[in-house]
Amino acid sequence: MSAAATRGAFLVVALAILATLPAWVGNTYYINIASQILLFAVFALALNVLVGYGGLVSLGHAGLFAVGGYTTALMLQAGQGHLAADLAAVAVTLAMSAVFAVLALRATGIGFLMITLALGQILWGIAYRWANLTNGDNGINVTTRPAPFGITLATATPFYYATLAVFLVALASMALLVRSPFGASLCGTRDQPRRMTALGYNVWLIRFLAFLFSGFWSGVAGILFVYYNQFISPQVAALQTSAEVLLMVISGGTATLAGPVVGAAIVVITKNVVSAYIVRWNLVLGLVFVVIITFMPEGLVPGSARLWRWTWRRRAAPVKTATAGERP
Amino acid sequence: MSALLVSGLTKSFGGLRVTKGVDLAVAPGERRLIIGPNGAGKTTLFNLITGEIAPDDGSIALFGRDITRTPCRRRVHLGMARTYQIITLFPRDTILRNVTLALLGLSKLRWNPFLALDREHDLVVRARAALARVGLDDIAERPLGETSYGERRRVEIAMAMAQEPKLLLLDEPFAGLSIDERRDVRELLRTIPRDVTIVMIEHNMDVALDFADRITLLHFGEVIVEGTRAEVVADPRTREVYLGE
Repeated sequence: MSAAATRGAFLVVALAILATLPAWVGNTYYINIASQILLFAVFALALNVLVGYGGLVSLGHAGLFAVGGYTTALMLQAGQGHLAADLAAVAVTLAMSAVFAVLALRATGIGFLMITLALGQILWGIAYRWANLTNGDNGINVTTRPAPFGITLATATPFYYATLAVFLVALASMALLVRSPFGASLCGTRDQPRRMTALGYNVWLIRFLAFLFSGFWSGVAGILFVYYNQFISPQVAALQTSAEVLLMVISGGTATLAGPVVGAAIVVITKNVVSAYIVRWNLVLGLVFVVIITFMPEGLVPGSARLWRWTWRRRAAPVKTATAGERP
Repeated sequence: MSALLVSGLTKSFGGLRVTKGVDLAVAPGERRLIIGPNGAGKTTLFNLITGEIAPDDGSIALFGRDITRTPCRRRVHLGMARTYQIITLFPRDTILRNVTLALLGLSKLRWNPFLALDREHDLVVRARAALARVGLDDIAERPLGETSYGERRRVEIAMAMAQEPKLLLLDEPFAGLSIDERRDVRELLRTIPRDVTIVMIEHNMDVALDFADRITLLHFGEVIVEGTRAEVVADPRTREVYLGE
């Protein structure tokens, strides 16, 4: 089977599983975990645009995620409708992403990482300390979920399908981006920024637009998160959230579409399922990461693909040796 | 009108003056060779001309248009292309994709996030044509990481030529090549039509001597000698710089 056919078959199977998941899982608890995986996958995909394709490692994305969530919560608390709240959340997240980008894109590499980290911490500080606005440590409750086209998302299954729809749109937009001229330009700025300038590209603007795109989907993921939990607190904006989503991207495989999704699944499942059996689930998650990085430093998805090709080649190899042996 | 007019160009890195009031006038269609020993400031001069670094003083004009304050990326759109002495390509991509990126850099398409780049037939055809010119069209799909040093040199030239520049700046295009490969590159450069002005840096004078119409000798950031091939070769100061007294 050719690589394209394998990928196509894999995609069809994955889509079929995702579309029918609530029917065969049945249990509300597990449907909710699937929703969580999908919403964090959107977040990880968003970060992957910068980390994987732009070569810019951000440790402040929890700030953007939280801006999306908090704006939604605050707008709803102020008595606005869901549509207005969501649109405002996207707009405010985009504006915040622009501020992040202008400040952080003064540098690349470690400099970029440190600036995004600092900006993320400032937003966490605001969420924690500006109690008049954010209600501080007590967080904000969101009492209702939206009902798009008259379908209420209050229960697990409709919410799962809504999240799946958003996830698929996000995934499709990423797939489009990486094949597009703009995606090629972005990868070029990752590999040879100097050359890109000498070829006539505006490297800064390419990175800035990529940051906005990443910020947009981080904000959307933040909206999904606040609807899922119906609650948001400063914990969401904390460094740990930024680190977790970065680990999702790295463990799954940067600069791949499936990598961040797989990474999100690993983290969410460990957090929710393993923690039911083992109190020190953080230790398990750490071990999982260590094993991945040791044996598949490029990430789980590219690593598994490599293993798969290697197995096929080994299976094909003995035939060749036999024919070679027959020669006089 | 000169294709390239550089006047009084000065640049210091800290206390080190690497370019000291360089004047340079290259006529349209000319082949100019800039020679000089290691550390003469040849590549720095190129970086100033392309705008990768900003001069402290002096001015640069491209076909009569002052570009001293024009950012590097815009100078490319005005018809300037360069190659690098230290090969600067996209190692993860194929040869074809490398050249496509060069073409894309001048196309409005580069901002498009919706189209599939592989299906941009026009770009791909033009990239293949550029590769055919340097004799690499048969290995266009090969990843750059699997090519030889000589092939990469030719990819560098193909990328610059694909942009159809009016002024082509070649930074030591023969560096690190075998004798056969040098001959190939020399032949390749000879096929470039005269509507392209070429300025070439070379550290080793003999390699590119027959290519040049005029030669500029640079030493410690200053123009020491400038003239026709014969004049520069005969000048005692050339021998002084290259051989010592």
